[in-house]
Amino acid sequence: MTLIKETDYGTPQVTSDKIVTINVDGFDVSVPEGTSVMRASMEAGISIPKLCATDMVDAFGSCRLCLVEIEGRRGTPSSCTTLVEEGMKVRTQTDRLKGLRRGVMELYISDHPLDCLTCAANGDCELQDMAGAVGLRDVRYEADGKNHFKMRDGGGEVNACWKPKDESNPYFTYDPAKCIVCSRCVRACEEVQGTFALTISGRGFDSRVTSGAAESFLESECVSCGACVQACPTGTLQEKSVIEIGQPERSVVTTCAYCGVGCSFKAEMRGEEVVRMVPYKDGKANRGHSCVKGRFAYGYAAHQDRILNPMIRESITEPWREVSWDEALGFAASRMQGIQQKHGKESVGVITSSRCTNEETFLVQKLARAVFENNNTDTCARVCHSPTGYGLGQTFGTSAGTQDFDSVEHSDVVLVIGANPTDGHPVFGSRLKKRLRQGAKLIVIDPRRIDLVKSPHIVAAHHLALRPGTNVAIVTALAHVIVCEGLYDEAFIRERCDWDEFQDYVEFVSNPANSPEAVELLTGVPADEVRGAARLFAKGGNGAIYYGLGVTEHSQGSTTVIGIANLAMLTGNIGRKGVGVNPLRGQNNVQGSCDMGSFPHELPGYRHVKNADVRDIFEKQWGVSISDEPGLRIPNMLDAAVEGTFKGLYVQGEDILQSDPDTKHVAAGLAAMDCVIVHDLFLNETANYAHVFLPGSTFLEKDGTFTNAERRINRVRKVMAPKNGYADWEVTQLLANAMGAGWSYTHPSQIMAEIAATTPSFANVTYELLEEKGSVQWPCNDANPEGTPLMHLDGFVRGKGRFIRTDYVATDEKTGPRFPLLLTTGRILSQYNVGAQTRRTDNVVWHEEDLLEIHPHDAELRGICDGDWVRLVSRSGETSLRAQVTDRVSTGVVYTTFHHPTTQANVVTTDYSDWATNCPEYKVTAVQVALSNGPSDWQQDYEKQATAARRIEAAE
Amino acid sequence: MALQTQLSEVEQQTFAIIEELRFREGPLLPILQGVQQKLGCIPEDALLLIASELNLSRADVYGTMSFYHEFRQEPAGRHVLKVCRAEACQSMGGEKLANDIQSALGVSWHETTADGKVTLEPVYCLGLCACAPAAMLDGDLHGRLDEPAVLELVEGVK
Repeated sequence: MTLIKETDYGTPQVTSDKIVTINVDGFDVSVPEGTSVMRASMEAGISIPKLCATDMVDAFGSCRLCLVEIEGRRGTPSSCTTLVEEGMKVRTQTDRLKGLRRGVMELYISDHPLDCLTCAANGDCELQDMAGAVGLRDVRYEADGKNHFKMRDGGGEVNACWKPKDESNPYFTYDPAKCIVCSRCVRACEEVQGTFALTISGRGFDSRVTSGAAESFLESECVSCGACVQACPTGTLQEKSVIEIGQPERSVVTTCAYCGVGCSFKAEMRGEEVVRMVPYKDGKANRGHSCVKGRFAYGYAAHQDRILNPMIRESITEPWREVSWDEALGFAASRMQGIQQKHGKESVGVITSSRCTNEETFLVQKLARAVFENNNTDTCARVCHSPTGYGLGQTFGTSAGTQDFDSVEHSDVVLVIGANPTDGHPVFGSRLKKRLRQGAKLIVIDPRRIDLVKSPHIVAAHHLALRPGTNVAIVTALAHVIVCEGLYDEAFIRERCDWDEFQDYVEFVSNPANSPEAVELLTGVPADEVRGAARLFAKGGNGAIYYGLGVTEHSQGSTTVIGIANLAMLTGNIGRKGVGVNPLRGQNNVQGSCDMGSFPHELPGYRHVKNADVRDIFEKQWGVSISDEPGLRIPNMLDAAVEGTFKGLYVQGEDILQSDPDTKHVAAGLAAMDCVIVHDLFLNETANYAHVFLPGSTFLEKDGTFTNAERRINRVRKVMAPKNGYADWEVTQLLANAMGAGWSYTHPSQIMAEIAATTPSFANVTYELLEEKGSVQWPCNDANPEGTPLMHLDGFVRGKGRFIRTDYVATDEKTGPRFPLLLTTGRILSQYNVGAQTRRTDNVVWHEEDLLEIHPHDAELRGICDGDWVRLVSRSGETSLRAQVTDRVSTGVVYTTFHHPTTQANVVTTDYSDWATNCPEYKVTAVQVALSNGPSDWQQDYEKQATAARRIEAAE
Repeated sequence: MALQTQLSEVEQQTFAIIEELRFREGPLLPILQGVQQKLGCIPEDALLLIASELNLSRADVYGTMSFYHEFRQEPAGRHVLKVCRAEACQSMGGEKLANDIQSALGVSWHETTADGKVTLEPVYCLGLCACAPAAMLDGDLHGRLDEPAVLELVEGVK
């Protein structure tokens, strides 16, 4: 294994139908029109010296090192800003160019410290490389004059031009002394990330890279995505981990284990230590970009809280006892078997994880179906995107997004509903913002003013700030306008959709009760705004819809998904680049865990367990008989546990106690079970109620695949041995075998082979194919041997697209005098899900506790000031947290995150759920807020119980 | 949107200038000039308001502002004396003139006298080369300055 060095072509790739041929140093090279001479030359294998150019950002032409001579042209143009022209003859190395470059380099080096040996970038410094490339042997300019790198001048006086390092960011350092002011970081922040947190302040010799309005990096607008660090050609912006450890010696391409974007990274290693994670330019989801989580927040893998030995206990009041793997697995197996003998086959179940690999998820559901011999398998997708599966399945025929992320580069109007991409899916957020800066229009439907509504250089054309819980009314009102004003795409509907069903839908949707004016009372959105948004979406060109959990986590989540699908079909926005319906998946492998048959009624590939032919495939493969009765969903498991009929649960990589709604009910259900097996990295909140703890492995420690939001199957590659001894798929296999299953997988590729053999949409997926292509998007079968970037190209998977009526039914969770405010929940950039990983990294400097956002008007009514402790009460429970007074939320709406177990926002949420899929209604809870003086009794009791439940007996 | 809360006086004045100029093409520079003229400097509050109203980042505005020496973050003294340091003036004894002024005021470049009366700034060409050495006091040009003339000028504002 070696360090992967990606080729830097100097300027971004361009696409053009016209191909131009030029001659560089005697070699012909053909490139698309619009390509720079620098890039063309690099494609011919000739690299031109450069400092300010890199292929992640547009050419700038400031360093004057990439000069070339072009026959018939005067002077020495810079190759990065000169575009190719047919027949051009370029010379990259002449005596004149050599002299010029040396002169330029001499000037650069005259204001740069010569401490290469002790510099963190030693071995990975482009300035060093260029000094070598141009043959710099001497610097004629004395450094005694004005300079930026000496703290004191010859006489011991402080050098006014020198500035100290900025070490405020926990992950990287800015050392102005090493800066050559090439602007690559500034441009990366603008063009790639779209935050505009950096600038060049001053002018001439005083020019410096500056964050914010001369603030420290941490105080500035910087979101710590790392794009500037990656762009820096010197050691000026440098990862602290590299400063501490040194340069990496090998790298492995793998997939990030945070959100559903599924960014490809190079894990750069020295021995078994991760030196840094660097986004991989060939990654088709992220195209070389990253966010603070994937780029920097991997420290949890080596955190001291990680449990590395299996533990068991007789009851949850006892302390944990560390035991051998054999003992723990034997204990777990005999308990589970005992329960099944006493209470019947149906009394145990599993919960698969959307954070684990496809292969691991497949094994866990196989454990339920082939070893427990029931269908009691469910997954955390139940509580996030299950309505997506249902809604898109009903209307289009597949339970997945229709596009790849590249598609956004062709969108003209983007409709974002109930999603906050810049926080939840930051890399996609950056790609979307780039498109918006190019002129695409944006419509945001969200109760809260998310960053996309208005942030530097981005502004939404329409922000429909609806009341939480009225998504269906708004989406139907949009359809009403499109239908009644005749803005729909009749040709598309006639060709692709069922015309009779469309007629029925028209009759429903054109009812005046669905007009924007009529629903204004419910939604609080001015009718004009809705009409404007509908017209823009219908007639603005390629219209793409991106949505998130703000759509699904409602009592009418499935209806809204159907409504969204209707909108896309009405406007003909399906089946080509730049359009489509795109669920933004919360976790890295939500798509995969759904694909792998984690749901109690579906075998892998979304095929119902009632279908005898499908059961037959698996029965033959596994040699068991599979129950045709759908099993229990997570909420049903907990209900059954409270009733006493469900007694044993194997939970892999999910913290249902913190993440599922109505925490008290979850706790009661878990406490009623006889055997709870938690398989996780940490003693999470669910583990407080567990009898067996099996230590898990991180994504760095195993092989496998994740499937991201665009159905892309990405490889996860092992970069170090599992600290706990076994990869997660091995642990599941050991448990199954302890119960007599006799499985014998030796590598996840064998599990993938079994998936491919049984699941049509994965039929041609093999590790060899993934190795060759980098990644593929399912369906990948004989019809689409290289995968399917865009779905429903010539017709819907189900045949004709189906319009379904979307009647608005208000949720039963209603505000009233006791609970006058509506609580909605979400996440923040620096934290992820329940925070089990990100809370154990330096990301806490951005978000150390959950805050309750409340409008100044509501705050004033209650005498609440910014930073006050407040009590948040709903019909289900209460908790306390600090308030943040902000007009991001409307009056009547409060908002919080659920990243911290001490807050436990889910104590407050109710057990109402989606009518079709039981996806909990996290996004709407009627609450009251009042001043308080600290944590609630429940929080204190919980804290006590958690501390007691986490005790580990000292080893003998 | 951000205006639901009470605005400080600086913000009110800045906001009025923004409102007047925001629809011009490239409104940032005229707005900065307007604020500088009105308030004598561009305070942080004004910078933040300009950034949020024009939908720019703080870094964007700061980068532009810091590029031009004319824009200052702190208010200047009551009078601003700009002394030309460019070639023509230098050839006519500008160097000595600059030293004389500095010692007469007791401050060096970019500094303000302790009583807050005068701020001394270097400037590179006032376009008055025919009358070099030249200086500008609060917008009024003064040419053919010799030592007594400079001292008189300084005394006048001291």
